Amino acid sequence: MALINYRKAINDALAEEIMRDENVFIIGEEVAEYNGAYKVTEGLWKRFGDKRLVDAPISEAGFIGLGVGASMLGLRPVIELMFWSFAFVAYDQIVNNAGCVRYMSGGLINCPIVIRGPANGGTNVGATHSHTPENILANVPGVKVVAPATAYDAKGLMKSAIRDNDPVFVMENTLLYGEQWEVPEEEYLIPLGSADVKREGTDISLIAHGRSVLIALAAADILAAEHNINAEVVDLRSIRPLDEDAIVQSVRKTHRAVLVDENKPFCGVSAQIASMLQEKAFDDLDAPIGRVNTLDAPAIYSPPVEKLQLPNAQRVVSKALTVCA
Amino acid sequence: MQSVADSPTSAAAEINRNLTAEQKIAFLRDMFRIRRFEQVALKCYNQGKMGGFLHLYIGQESVAVGTISLLGENDHVITAYRDHGHALAVGMSMNECMAELFGKATGCSKGKGGSMHFFAPDKNYWGGHGIVAGQTPLGLGLAYALKYKGLRGCCLCYMGDGAVNQGVFHESLNIASLWDIPVIYIIENNQYSMGTSLERSSAFKNSLSERAEGYNIAWDSFNGEDIYEIRAKTQIAVDRAHNESRPSVLEIATYRYYGHSVADANAKKYRSAQEIEDYKTNHDPLRIWQKTLIEEGVIDEATAHQLDLDAKHEADEAVKFAEESPFPTEADIFKDVYYEVDNETGSGKRGKHFFND
Repeated sequence: MALINYRKAINDALAEEIMRDENVFIIGEEVAEYNGAYKVTEGLWKRFGDKRLVDAPISEAGFIGLGVGASMLGLRPVIELMFWSFAFVAYDQIVNNAGCVRYMSGGLINCPIVIRGPANGGTNVGATHSHTPENILANVPGVKVVAPATAYDAKGLMKSAIRDNDPVFVMENTLLYGEQWEVPEEEYLIPLGSADVKREGTDISLIAHGRSVLIALAAADILAAEHNINAEVVDLRSIRPLDEDAIVQSVRKTHRAVLVDENKPFCGVSAQIASMLQEKAFDDLDAPIGRVNTLDAPAIYSPPVEKLQLPNAQRVVSKALTVCA
Repeated sequence: MQSVADSPTSAAAEINRNLTAEQKIAFLRDMFRIRRFEQVALKCYNQGKMGGFLHLYIGQESVAVGTISLLGENDHVITAYRDHGHALAVGMSMNECMAELFGKATGCSKGKGGSMHFFAPDKNYWGGHGIVAGQTPLGLGLAYALKYKGLRGCCLCYMGDGAVNQGVFHESLNIASLWDIPVIYIIENNQYSMGTSLERSSAFKNSLSERAEGYNIAWDSFNGEDIYEIRAKTQIAVDRAHNESRPSVLEIATYRYYGHSVADANAKKYRSAQEIEDYKTNHDPLRIWQKTLIEEGVIDEATAHQLDLDAKHEADEAVKFAEESPFPTEADIFKDVYYEVDNETGSGKRGKHFFND
């Protein structure tokens, strides 16, 4: 299988869906002639032209609202946010219009949009550009949120997101764009709402989404090599809908859980998982659930210190050792 | 405000010259229907039969009826929360609208939207939106989709005068002009954004629509009490959208007789009783249109009165329909959230969508 980076995997997904469905178009800042601020849409404008790749002015509320309106008439806009942090200026369009229009119309109107872009810290761009709003958005019934950790998952989830008839928000990661994974050449889809066990284990479940999955995998290696602990790593892939069965099944096997999550701790995705586990797997747990989140303050700029603020393998190992003690 | 009812130029405009007597009478009927529907709804609201807000359109009926009368197969309509008039003007039934106000399952939105959220996509009517100016980029998007699909059409996007100061409206104007989108923004200027008068809320030189100049968008500002005037002026914008795929901003002067909503406790404090009375007496769009039709010999006093009685009867019947209709069930709370769940697709059946237990 060919090694393809996360950025190219998304690029391929977009190209394939543009070719498959004439109603799919890409809109956002610098997505066309500039080839994408993070080069995710590189080459697509040259291939598909102005109609399918649309450079928007810096007006997130305007072009996201435009996408919602266009989707009501059957188009399938894939809207790029240069950073998910910029979603806040378009929050009314995302939550009130994309999130509520089907419900408020009694099911008469659908909103098949995708909004995608990076949502991560770790690039020393300060607090305003480092938000991870998957927990905030997943709080809105009516929308769906996915967070792929690998190139393989990014491509398969993106294609499913574009074909879905509800609004789907894809949380990417600038630190992953250049990372490579094996991606098959033949077409495949990864359904929303299905988690993936990235590493089988017996002693503790490390449950994560997005780049935190890779941190959990690194921690699992250390736990095996240095502490004789065999950790299982569960990648949520999809936040809403959520594959609760996969999470509970893993914890029933290992009886211990550490949740790794780049969200801030308060009402982060891991808080939802912890609440669910205490309700559904209470008797299976041999120890309290541990959580490793981004340290609870706005993202610090200082490059070496920001590394410490984010979840990292060492913090996961420490937490796992506490839970396994 | 000067009355333009006697202005001969608008009546002589081609779009009005060709109107049949039936069409002219239909405009009067539609305006009576909006007014009677809302008067009856107000009575029911005050009797505690519905919840939430009730933003009445009474006084502004000519704007919805006049502008919507110009639309064809590929022309679309979207508005804000003062949406009953537009809903009836596009052809929605009083029954489905009244039932929605009563929160019933037979309502146009199955009791899930309420007064501010009427929808009828089959009649090219896309709501009914509660957040001020939140619909302005949606209207842009509807028109964008028409252009994308190569259809000759436009979208009328209505808004109040208070909405012109929201940022997203300006983002929408910029994009509409930049990309030649056939959207027509209609500012229904009733002179008050809730309790704040135009002078106290908006900075402008001559008119609000003149702001479009900065975006290189054609604009117009005119009186909304006369249907001929509205149709003549709006048709120019519709032609511009159809023939040149260019946007327009129209500001139509009008007036609401009631408060911002029925819950507006200060409805008679931020404006004088004389001001309201002057509009009712001298600028009422129903009276003016009825007078025009009588003078033209299209209708007589008795027939006009019968139209009014019919409208009142229809509204009373709609109340009966609403009262006899069932409420949605508790299970209905979870329907119409996700397409994929409702339709039991593979995507809808995988993973947990609702987190109640």
